[in-house]
Amino acid sequence: MYAQMIQSEATTEDAEQLAAFQARIDAGERIEPKDWMPEGYRKTLIRQIGQHAHSEIVGQLPEGNWITRAPTLERKAILLAKVQDEAGHGLYLYCAAETLGISRDDLTEQLLSGRMKYSSIFNYPTLTWADVGAVGWLVDGAAIMNQVPLQRTSYGPYSRAMIRICKEESFHQRQGFDIMMKMAQGTEAQKRMAQDALNRFWYPSLMMFGPSDAESIHSTQNMAWRIKINSNDELRQKFVDQTVPQAEFLGLTIPDPNLRLNPETGHYDFSEPDWGEFFDVLRGNGPCNADRMEARQTAWSEGQWVRDGLMAHAAKKRARRVAAE
Amino acid sequence: MPDLFEWLCRMGDNTLVLGHRVSEWCGHAPVLEEDIALANTALDLIGQTQMWLGLAAEVQGEGRSADDLAFRRDAWDFRNCLLVELPNRDFGHTLMRQFLFDSWHKLMLTGLCESQDDRIAAIAMKSLKEVSYHQERSADTVIGLGDGTAESHDRMQAALDRLWPYMGELFQPDAVDDRMTRQGIAPDLAALRSGFDAIIADTIQEATLVLTDSRFAHRGGRDGSRHTEHLGHMLAVMQVLPRSYPDARW
Ligand SMILES: [Fe+2]
Ligand SMILES: [Fe+2]
Repeated sequence: MYAQMIQSEATTEDAEQLAAFQARIDAGERIEPKDWMPEGYRKTLIRQIGQHAHSEIVGQLPEGNWITRAPTLERKAILLAKVQDEAGHGLYLYCAAETLGISRDDLTEQLLSGRMKYSSIFNYPTLTWADVGAVGWLVDGAAIMNQVPLQRTSYGPYSRAMIRICKEESFHQRQGFDIMMKMAQGTEAQKRMAQDALNRFWYPSLMMFGPSDAESIHSTQNMAWRIKINSNDELRQKFVDQTVPQAEFLGLTIPDPNLRLNPETGHYDFSEPDWGEFFDVLRGNGPCNADRMEARQTAWSEGQWVRDGLMAHAAKKRARRVAAE
Repeated sequence: MPDLFEWLCRMGDNTLVLGHRVSEWCGHAPVLEEDIALANTALDLIGQTQMWLGLAAEVQGEGRSADDLAFRRDAWDFRNCLLVELPNRDFGHTLMRQFLFDSWHKLMLTGLCESQDDRIAAIAMKSLKEVSYHQERSADTVIGLGDGTAESHDRMQAALDRLWPYMGELFQPDAVDDRMTRQGIAPDLAALRSGFDAIIADTIQEATLVLTDSRFAHRGGRDGSRHTEHLGHMLAVMQVLPRSYPDARW
């Protein structure tokens, strides 16, 4: 997911207050920024929303990699609009996180120093134009699986951000699928690119949901708080069930010899991704971790004079206005 | 090349090449709001390109499309001004280039709204709304950074000094422009200069920057006679897929 393996924070408030808070959540009420909330709830949400926001921002990079090489004017425009949407998603989410008492600059510093994470998926490279299709189809597709239920999350600003974001994400997924369709029905070279993209993005997409969390205490607490709605396995299964027929429609082969429809469950059986690789990526050893971090650090440090300049100008303007009054 | 086709390529190549340059910032801007704004500017310019080059392809009448013109011409057939093909360098250069181009573009489009050719007037009217917004925004940013810190001021002054010699080309009509003006299709470029100078002078002053007196002008983009070295590299990237896979549909 865009927010992976979110550990819940311990909470030390008094039992009565906690029970009343839990009762509000159980009754389906929205928690708003001014409401009382347990410290653990607040901190966990900052981590989750922050990680989600960072993922939107870093997520600009793998697709942005192809904006200058988009093969038609229309494709270029669609891709630009998509990447622009992702930046917008980052902005809504940072705003939602700010209602919990942390600034966007703080969150950014934590991303750049490596203390906060972004989704593992954005540490994989986009090597051909078909990858742009695969990212929309699979990565946005997987993100939607998680984000649609989060529209009903207990924290008001997060829920409202999700509602806005989900509308755009389903657009992205359709556009990605449309690219894949053109490629899969195209020349031999295009077909090869499409299959290669699926081969490389299939397992990393499954990893987006995180390892099984059926036994996790963090997950139990986060579900009780309704900042997590479904288990990782549930979402992964839903994603596979949705995606397999789409791949068949495209005439592409999912790179899993064990994939088959289980007549008893009505769901697809599939192979687990290599969780060793997943943890390597989280530790910074994915194919693009260093490049992604470098790109964000460079953007931030080279942008320092711009941010300082604009702030200095705003301060001068304020001072001139006060002097004139 | 017939006049109208040539002239439409000048309009469409400006927006194509600048849109491409601006899109290079995607994901790398100094602040999230700028990522969004730059993507928006690039998106508008690419949309305008579709209209200009679409009409160019139509008047050429050889069954080509806007995409064919964008992706299958070589540098010597490009008709954009040199200013827009210059590399982004720092954010200051990018925004100064944008401001200078926007200021010319807005005046040009305002004139084109009166074009005798209804198709051109329609494109101009649609583009003018977008470009007025770009101009307002780039002027504000030039002012903000010029009148910001010592460092931002110096960087903006350096950008202005570097880019100014590329501005004159946009005000020097050649025989094609003259014929377009005589037919009432396009405004007289030379006549746009005084309006431009007034806008620039105001903004540059507010930005606490200094404009040189030199009117020296590099040229060679609008007639394709001598582009900069930068254009070829841009096209190598931009055109790689359609050129490498000429039979593919995307
Ligand atoms: Fe997004
Ligand atoms: Fe998306």
